[in-house]
Amino acid sequence: MDIHVVGPEANADERAAVDALLGAPSTGWDGGDRDIARDGRSSRGGRPAAIAQRHLLLPAFHAVQDRVGWVSRGAMNYICQRLIVPPAEAWGVLTFYHLFATGPRAAAVVHVCDDIACRARGAESLCASLAEALGPEGTAPDGRGTTWMRSPCLGQCERAPAALVVRAGAPASRAVVAPVSGTDALTRALEASSGHLTESLAELRAIVPQAGQPGLTLLRRVGLVDPASLEAYRAAGGYTALARALELGPAGIIAEVTAAKLMGRGGAAFPTGVKWAAVAAEPAEPHYVVCNADESEPGTFKDRVLMAGDPFAIIEAMTICGIATRSTRGFLYVRGEYPDAEVRIAQAAAAARAAGLLGDDVCGSGYAFDLEIRRGAGAYICGEETALFNSLEGKRGEPRSKPPFPSQAGVFGKPTVVNNVETLANVLPILTEGAAAWAATGTASSTGTRLFCVSGHVTRPGLYELPFGVTLGEVLTRAGGVAGGRDLQAILLGGAAGMFVGPESLDLRLTFEDTRAAGLTLGSGVVMVFDDTTDLADVLGRIAQFFEDESCGQCVPCRVGTVRQRELLAQLRADAGVTARAERLAILAELGQAMRDASICGLGQTASSAVESAVARLQVFRSGSAL
Amino acid sequence: MSQHDAIWFSLPPRATALPEAPPAPPRATVTVTVDGASVDVPEGATLLDACRAAGKDVPTLCYLETLTPVNACRVCVVEVAGARVLAPACSRKAEAGMQVQTNSPRVRTSRKVVLELLASSVDLSTADELTPLLAEYGADPGRFGAAAATVAQPVKDDNDLYVRDYSKCVLCYKCVEACGTDAQNTFAIAVAGRGFHAHISTELDVPLPESACVYCGNCIAVCPTGALMAKPEFTLRQAGQWAPERQTAVDTICPYCGVGCTLTAHVQDDRIVKVTSPFENGVTRGNLCVKGRFGFEYVNEPEAGD
Repeated sequence: MDIHVVGPEANADERAAVDALLGAPSTGWDGGDRDIARDGRSSRGGRPAAIAQRHLLLPAFHAVQDRVGWVSRGAMNYICQRLIVPPAEAWGVLTFYHLFATGPRAAAVVHVCDDIACRARGAESLCASLAEALGPEGTAPDGRGTTWMRSPCLGQCERAPAALVVRAGAPASRAVVAPVSGTDALTRALEASSGHLTESLAELRAIVPQAGQPGLTLLRRVGLVDPASLEAYRAAGGYTALARALELGPAGIIAEVTAAKLMGRGGAAFPTGVKWAAVAAEPAEPHYVVCNADESEPGTFKDRVLMAGDPFAIIEAMTICGIATRSTRGFLYVRGEYPDAEVRIAQAAAAARAAGLLGDDVCGSGYAFDLEIRRGAGAYICGEETALFNSLEGKRGEPRSKPPFPSQAGVFGKPTVVNNVETLANVLPILTEGAAAWAATGTASSTGTRLFCVSGHVTRPGLYELPFGVTLGEVLTRAGGVAGGRDLQAILLGGAAGMFVGPESLDLRLTFEDTRAAGLTLGSGVVMVFDDTTDLADVLGRIAQFFEDESCGQCVPCRVGTVRQRELLAQLRADAGVTARAERLAILAELGQAMRDASICGLGQTASSAVESAVARLQVFRSGSAL
Repeated sequence: MSQHDAIWFSLPPRATALPEAPPAPPRATVTVTVDGASVDVPEGATLLDACRAAGKDVPTLCYLETLTPVNACRVCVVEVAGARVLAPACSRKAEAGMQVQTNSPRVRTSRKVVLELLASSVDLSTADELTPLLAEYGADPGRFGAAAATVAQPVKDDNDLYVRDYSKCVLCYKCVEACGTDAQNTFAIAVAGRGFHAHISTELDVPLPESACVYCGNCIAVCPTGALMAKPEFTLRQAGQWAPERQTAVDTICPYCGVGCTLTAHVQDDRIVKVTSPFENGVTRGNLCVKGRFGFEYVNEPEAGD
């Protein structure tokens, strides 16, 4: 490949950060000192060599960002030489991901969530006090070493408002502060953190109000069993599912998962057994397992809790999936805003590997499976499976056109099974209990239990595990009802890509079939509650801003449509004229239809769902509505 | 006549296309329905191929025969019976039994809105392929209001050979593909940024002379909107002297090297004002190098010929 690297070179810190990841360069051709006698006069490289290393681009950017706090042109040039990536392409990747800084920035950054759940819990006043204490967003006046930035949903909705505190250095530190009691708490977190902070069992129990109660399946260990201890996991029933899987063999595992009628929990509700069988049957080699832990749907935090609270379960389930689908290698792609979950999963993977539960010969079974953890870098779109593949490959997280589907051509163009964290977690009880017993919970078409991420104006926000078929009202009651005894105005069901419902929907049974019949979706299990004091038009504005910020920009309906949607909503809020409103609502409806029909991926196709549902079901912006 | 004479005097006319390959064995066909009419296309053909075979043209913007489809513009969407969303005709493979509608209300609405979104955010004043579509689909870009965000920005005029006006860029990805693996393999430009801020860029948006650009101009050749324009055309347009109605196109062979690329010289008032190469040409597939595309000014200098 013809690479033309011009401009500055990396400084010592930047080189050290990259070399710590990739090892020292072996020749002058890939960034080391030139030595004609050793290197010769012809470059190694070409497209095969380039393709072989490209997937390390994001890890290399992370290494520099963690060490220095931003990625300079010199650092990028060095990475380009090491990985044989053209600088223009590397720049395209670097500027796609919002957690990477492309200019000098204070070493310490407070990422403040100002998304819908945190907004309902005082995020704006937190931003105001940070502006007072640290100066305007993104600046570090007087050479101060700390700055703050607004962030989309950090996935800490049950303990809003939340912030992610990051300090570059060797080692870097990343920690979540939630709920944020004030700017002092953030300052203390910045000073105290010398590494990644993980949660105690008591903190985990605070997130899961049902912790310790009977009847839990997915959450039965969270907050009770030490997530850092393989022995504790085994003592609490861990790795019995893998033992059962090895008895069953690949075909037997897939038969069980299919018989259980397990449906994907990430939002699309695709039958997991069908997916696994399709990958297992593909003749192309190798096969890959990808665990989609890029949980970024506003209002969603279930996968974070599973990974932080029961990480070995996810490792065990990925191993079983690998055996079932003839995959020897897996990737767990965790969003960059989840330091706690990432640390726990990494600890668990290392412990499992040391115990022979990952590797060339899993438990002496003859099956090989191992996994790598990859960190996202601030891009909601990478939760879309094909965008996630591109991100794993070191590219911009732009979704691909389907077909071909991941089971035919996924990551690196190979057959890939991609499952959400919660979906994988369900595989363990399916194998240990047997498909029939497991599927006895829930309804005939929606089997098992579901995790509900309850946040907003409720008395006890948190993660709830309830059987499919529970009503929306029962979920609200479990969470103690609307906080402060206020009246319910609306519930956002399924996430920002989901829909708003009003109090009349409290009898809705939460199953795939009931929500589909009602024109709704369970999405990622979000139940976000808004009381009667909420300005829903403001919430819609934030949702529209979210989709505009997170659109990858590839296709026209989404790239420009999300901007127009946000503009139209602002016009609707500003203009009280009934005729003007009706006109704009008509444009909004037609825009929504085009985005739904003509966008490449689910982001654009659902970017208007919440807005349209609020207009249709809650009469927002209709004359005489609650404005 | 000697044998040598026969060889010397019966040379075939100089080829401008590669010799044709021997006929391939017949391929399996699939039958699809386009607007109610049944049509057979070879296996692996796209819906666009099927639509064209059925005589139903579908508008395209980011599609070009010589490039890998990126299906980003969504102008070519068609309705496939039973599908949840519309399909990009340019890249969706035809499958047996597909029932395709090229002009349904859903299709027309999507195309209209897509055109409105483009026209309200991008300067389409030199996008000659696109402007007739706006009228055809009844697009009203003004309805988003005068304050609608646009990609307007200063023109990038940083080298002697061509000008980049990204106010006119619809982000069709064609230039990136032509600079990359679809033609040039130079990788001087890529899409950077995200969402509405996504844009075509060199690394750190450095000027072209500081980038990997080799000035082949193959990006200009594929640009559908005039965002990328050779300097002579840009200069004439600035002066109000660009007059396509006074131009003639003359095919010739590039004088510089032995490859023998076909050049099309666009001549206005007895001066060459632009050089292209036909996309259907087997040698170039529309691509040239810096000499072929830009090295024509000497022809216009009087002393050169006199």
